[in-house]
Amino acid sequence: MDDIVTLGFIATTLGATWRLAAPLVYASIGEVFSERAGVLNIGIEGVMLVGAFAGFATVFWTGSLALGLLMAVAGGALMGLLFGLFTITIKADQIVVGAAMNLLGLGLTAFLYRTYFVSTGRGVEIAPSLNLPGLSDLPFVGEAFFRHNILVYGTLLVVIAAVFILHRTSFGLTLRAVGEHPKAVDIAGRSVALYRYGAVLIGCSLAGLGGAYLTLGHSNQFVEGIASGRGFIALAVVVFARWSPIGAFFVSLLFGLFYALQLQLQAQPALHIPYQALQALPYVMTIAALILVRNRVDTPSMLGVPYRKG
Amino acid sequence: MGATPFLRMENIHKRFGPVIASAGVNLEVEEKEIHALLGENGAGKSVLMNILCGVLSPTEGQIVFKGSPLRLGSPREAIRHRIGMVHQHFMVVPNLTVAENYVLGHGSPLRVIRDMKQVSTRIRELSHRYGLDVRPDARIHDLSVGEQQRVEILKVLYHGVDLLILDEPTAVLTPQEADRLLALLRDLVADGKTVIFISHKLDEVMRVSDRVSVMRDGKVVFTTRTAETNPRELARMMVGRDVLMDLPRAQTSPGRVVLAVENLSCNNELGLPAVRGVSFEVRQGEIVGVAGVSGNGQSELALALVGLLPAASGSIRLNGEEICGLTSSEINHRPLSHIPEDRHKMGIVLPLPLTENVILQRYDQAPFSSRGMLRFGEITEHTRDLIRRFKVKASHPGEAIQNLSGGNQQKLVVARELARNPDFLLINQLTRGIDIGATELVMQEVLKQKEKGKAILLISTELEELFAICDRILVMFEGQFLGEVPPDRARLEEIGLLMAGNREEAQRLHNRAGAIEA
Repeated sequence: MDDIVTLGFIATTLGATWRLAAPLVYASIGEVFSERAGVLNIGIEGVMLVGAFAGFATVFWTGSLALGLLMAVAGGALMGLLFGLFTITIKADQIVVGAAMNLLGLGLTAFLYRTYFVSTGRGVEIAPSLNLPGLSDLPFVGEAFFRHNILVYGTLLVVIAAVFILHRTSFGLTLRAVGEHPKAVDIAGRSVALYRYGAVLIGCSLAGLGGAYLTLGHSNQFVEGIASGRGFIALAVVVFARWSPIGAFFVSLLFGLFYALQLQLQAQPALHIPYQALQALPYVMTIAALILVRNRVDTPSMLGVPYRKG
Repeated sequence: MGATPFLRMENIHKRFGPVIASAGVNLEVEEKEIHALLGENGAGKSVLMNILCGVLSPTEGQIVFKGSPLRLGSPREAIRHRIGMVHQHFMVVPNLTVAENYVLGHGSPLRVIRDMKQVSTRIRELSHRYGLDVRPDARIHDLSVGEQQRVEILKVLYHGVDLLILDEPTAVLTPQEADRLLALLRDLVADGKTVIFISHKLDEVMRVSDRVSVMRDGKVVFTTRTAETNPRELARMMVGRDVLMDLPRAQTSPGRVVLAVENLSCNNELGLPAVRGVSFEVRQGEIVGVAGVSGNGQSELALALVGLLPAASGSIRLNGEEICGLTSSEINHRPLSHIPEDRHKMGIVLPLPLTENVILQRYDQAPFSSRGMLRFGEITEHTRDLIRRFKVKASHPGEAIQNLSGGNQQKLVVARELARNPDFLLINQLTRGIDIGATELVMQEVLKQKEKGKAILLISTELEELFAICDRILVMFEGQFLGEVPPDRARLEEIGLLMAGNREEAQRLHNRAGAIEA
């Protein structure tokens, strides 16, 4: 066993942890916005797939990473607009619409992929590592923290921006109030629907970006169902993180660690554990986390409840 | 035509689909007066005031405020015209601080919040000026209901108003807190503001208002100077006929002990202690009242008695049998009836017909069921019987209970529970949200049960309800009984002090009263 836990192993695992956590960070912080405003979007898996595909297709055709990321965000936002139309304007059940979003995301991206790409088999160029001069070459920390691409570093920016927007702006204050006591916001003269649309659009844009990481920052290919449950894990992350963006960042890292461990451990022939058991690790941890974390205090009171005036 | 009044609402109509909430209301309010708006639940008071503060827009009619017509599209515009309302259900967001609530919805949404210090300072100034103790940094969910109300009132004052509307402000307060609030209203008027005060409590209206308007069936039926009227006249105007202010009570002497509770403790759903070692007895032929500000363990006590909340310790004996620890279905088969606090959550199932609501606990018992099959003939007959005896206004027994008014729903719940002919009757909020007519009827029915020798425990936040029918009143505060007081209106102040947890002061008052009598 002692040949498994070496400094190199730890550095590689830490680096992989952050990389594998990145899509979860985007998706879960997005979902924090949405849920804080009282909209439970279980469809982010589907939104991530749309983001992953839109990003992949754009880079495939144009070769521009920036344009790819932009289209991933736009694709996510479009899904958000659709979700908002049904849940906020039409006031349909959020769970049912969310389930439909997942099916739509899966079906639509699979259809488009098979139509346009399956015969090409060609990948795209993924976002390059930004090796910070000096820092990347440091032993241990270089490998763990300073040899990542822009999307991985971007997670830090998203956390900071999320905290600032939610807690330091008038928009964030109103958004937090909308999920707790929408009527008070209405009476204070702000449109509950508008804020919920805003929250859902932010949420889905970030989920789209999280999806794009999978095709443009991680693997260079689109595969049907490439999100493989990350959208659902992000939902668990939000609960585990008690609806806090900083919490969501660290909980995502924790899940990233499980992903990294299962990958690293699979590569260890000395361990006689079936790889399927290891692959199940993040999902088992999701269930465990949801069983362990039971709190009603932090849950936005009006989560999942459409707002009706009057 | 005299001078233009401060506020005139002319021929206001408001319809919600087929439901008419305002049917041509005319109301005039003078500057710098406290104008009470009195009426039963459903008379249209709240709707009218929500129109005035921009939450609802009228179907027809116009408002003239300070001499010019007022068209409000939103509550923001009302605030701009310096009209503010303290709603019955508070409009403060629980997970935000007081100061955050005050800036909510004001200024550009894209603004970065930097001036919270300034906001806090202004809150402190105002809080000092009006003698309202409000801490700007407190989070709303940490505050008591009375504190939250102060936050609400100060919020309206913070935004600046000339016309302040309060919807049933004393419903959630102890008598002392209510006194302080009424005094504050006087101060506000002295400060140049005009107050409209919605209430259904006659005594408050008599005490604090300059003028009073009575609403019934979506119209103002009567407006007068308060000094020129009396409670009996106002009550008659509210109901449209004479009402019994004091119900005739037969003297009964309590018999054997039916319910004996010893040292009962239980936790609320968050796991915090809610009932902390209470002991009491209820005997045949007596009505024991439990008074207290809501949230002091009354709900948990009721749930524990019927087995819906596990007791942490203690014993509950019904007719000498220990029922503590039995399941609610086992308790259901004992001679015990329960009229729950929130009929919509626990008493009835709204979309179901009256017939099925009547047999909710007895669907599997004879005569309503036989060999696993429901006997609809028996059920309908029984329902018809209850409808007739309790004068429930329903078109037929198969009607969904949600089509009935609150008063009629409650009559059916009371009818159902009394029909089970229990030895012990647990009532939590007998008359909440129902009109005077229904109140009178259910109170009389409960008194009849007492005469029949039933043991009755009545938990209520309405002291008037307790005074009207109880034989003795226990006062609950933070999960304990702080004292027992006879249902004597002269002892109101003492009860109020106990409700606020001030046992020493209450004791002193009691001794002084005793000394005067001696």
